[in-house]
Amino acid sequence: MGLDRHPVERYISWIGNAVQGDLGVSPRSGASINEMIGRRLPNSALLAFIAFVVAVPTSLAAGIFAGIYPDSRLDRFLSIGSLLTISVPEFIIGVILMLVFSSKLGWLPSSTIMLPGETIMSKPEVLVLPILTITGALFAYILRMARANVMEVMESNYVRTAVLKGIPMRQVVMKHVLPNALIPTITVIANNVGWMFGGLIVVEFVFAYPGVGSLLIMAIDTRDMRLLQSTAMVIASVYAFSNLAADLAYGLLNPRIRYG
Amino acid sequence: MTSLQSIRNTSSSVLTSLTVKGISKLLAFFSIASKTTSGRIGLFIVLIHFLLAVFGSFITPYSPTAFGAENLQHRLEGPTFAHPFGTDHFGRDVLSRVIAGARSIVWISVIGTTLGIFLGTVVGITSGYLGGWIDQISMRFMDWLLSFPSLLLALLLITIGAERFDIDESWLIIMVIGIAFMPNNSRVIRSASLTVKPLEFVQNARLRGEPLYYIVFREILPNVLPVIGVEATLRLSFALLLTASLGFLGLGVQPPTPDWGLMVSDGREFLSMAPWVALSPALAMGSLVIGVNLLADGIRQALQLPEVRSE
Repeated sequence: MGLDRHPVERYISWIGNAVQGDLGVSPRSGASINEMIGRRLPNSALLAFIAFVVAVPTSLAAGIFAGIYPDSRLDRFLSIGSLLTISVPEFIIGVILMLVFSSKLGWLPSSTIMLPGETIMSKPEVLVLPILTITGALFAYILRMARANVMEVMESNYVRTAVLKGIPMRQVVMKHVLPNALIPTITVIANNVGWMFGGLIVVEFVFAYPGVGSLLIMAIDTRDMRLLQSTAMVIASVYAFSNLAADLAYGLLNPRIRYG
Repeated sequence: MTSLQSIRNTSSSVLTSLTVKGISKLLAFFSIASKTTSGRIGLFIVLIHFLLAVFGSFITPYSPTAFGAENLQHRLEGPTFAHPFGTDHFGRDVLSRVIAGARSIVWISVIGTTLGIFLGTVVGITSGYLGGWIDQISMRFMDWLLSFPSLLLALLLITIGAERFDIDESWLIIMVIGIAFMPNNSRVIRSASLTVKPLEFVQNARLRGEPLYYIVFREILPNVLPVIGVEATLRLSFALLLTASLGFLGLGVQPPTPDWGLMVSDGREFLSMAPWVALSPALAMGSLVIGVNLLADGIRQALQLPEVRSE
């Protein structure tokens, strides 16, 4: 391990190997860190991807509806519901879902522990509770943003003009309200992917999901510093790249913004 | 009168005037918060939790950390009149543990948020007002901190801090919350002070040749205070969630001190036989954060600021 060398020297050699794609060997288990992360990264990506695909469209639709018809019965219901889910940490949502769906109803498995030879693909039912947990937390957040932005645009002069001109409501919403309300909503969502990454770590830990987040917690528990360093670097780089992608997407959505 | 005495007298009178000022600020805060319904409800819930955090240890019906053969006879008992929230896997009264657990999470979050707001205000106002290379350097440093998801940053700092420094874990968490929240706070406060900077009274003070600290604390700070207040209540809810998550992951206050996050984590094992062990602290946690969020909403509505929710 070269513990006789200076820490800076060791760090430089580690980072030199890391950029060439070699994260070294975990001193605790003796296994290759590349292999450990490589096995778990697709699982995390799958969980994040499905959760995103489920949560974003549904919560955007609900938020837009609540913004167009504020103070309707559905809006009240959604507002109270979203206040509840935004106010409890992910692990409590997870534990409550676990209590209802696996302890009481017995429909779904409460943890994701895999027997040898099993993969996520061969047991897709283990994904349901983690996805529901992330969705529950994301839903409230996106809903509140979408609702606030749609309400703001609905009060603008150009929407009032469009309504008074006699354009059907459907068209006003599709052509005038949505393009203007969605851009700030999407930016704020994209800029907060980091929150989702943190949530992902907790959710993976709650359900013992074999992803990078639970590997990070395992590294902390076993004081495996090299594994911790590597997993943290992987999570932070994925995060940095998704932020970059969000910034570029913003430029595409809004032609007024150009990076030059 | 000796000079020492006179110094002591002036300092005590300064202290009294500061306390009076603090109390009147607090009263002003309460009156702003209670202008809206959600603010009133939020204030009520938050005050109950604060009272529990301060006086909770006097009213717990049983010892929250009792550990003995007598307790072990009453393991995982359901809610009864003697134990309204049941008992946990060591036979300890869950209600007492929930009440006693308010202390650590409330104090850690409040002091951590205050630290984060303080650091963010100092960095935000000075770099917003001074501009130039100081602004560039400090904001790039904040960007660097922001390139970590805040939970990941907190986990890394706590692990390194626990390894390197011999320090009480509550203080470690407080410092970590302060550092993790500094970049976002400083960004918000910087942009608020940028809007104040070109106004006449600031330029006037500059032309009068007032020193930097006077312009920053007397001219700019009072005008960005509403922004700081809203930011602080919002941050407080994030700090509570972060502290609870750290506790749940086993990196919070160490046992036997009761910690809501850790109690939920321990309760997972007995979820089907004794759901009250995990649900009671979860309920306490949820009600506290709902209270803080309602309070933040109420203040925002009362000050008529737009809804901004960023991590």
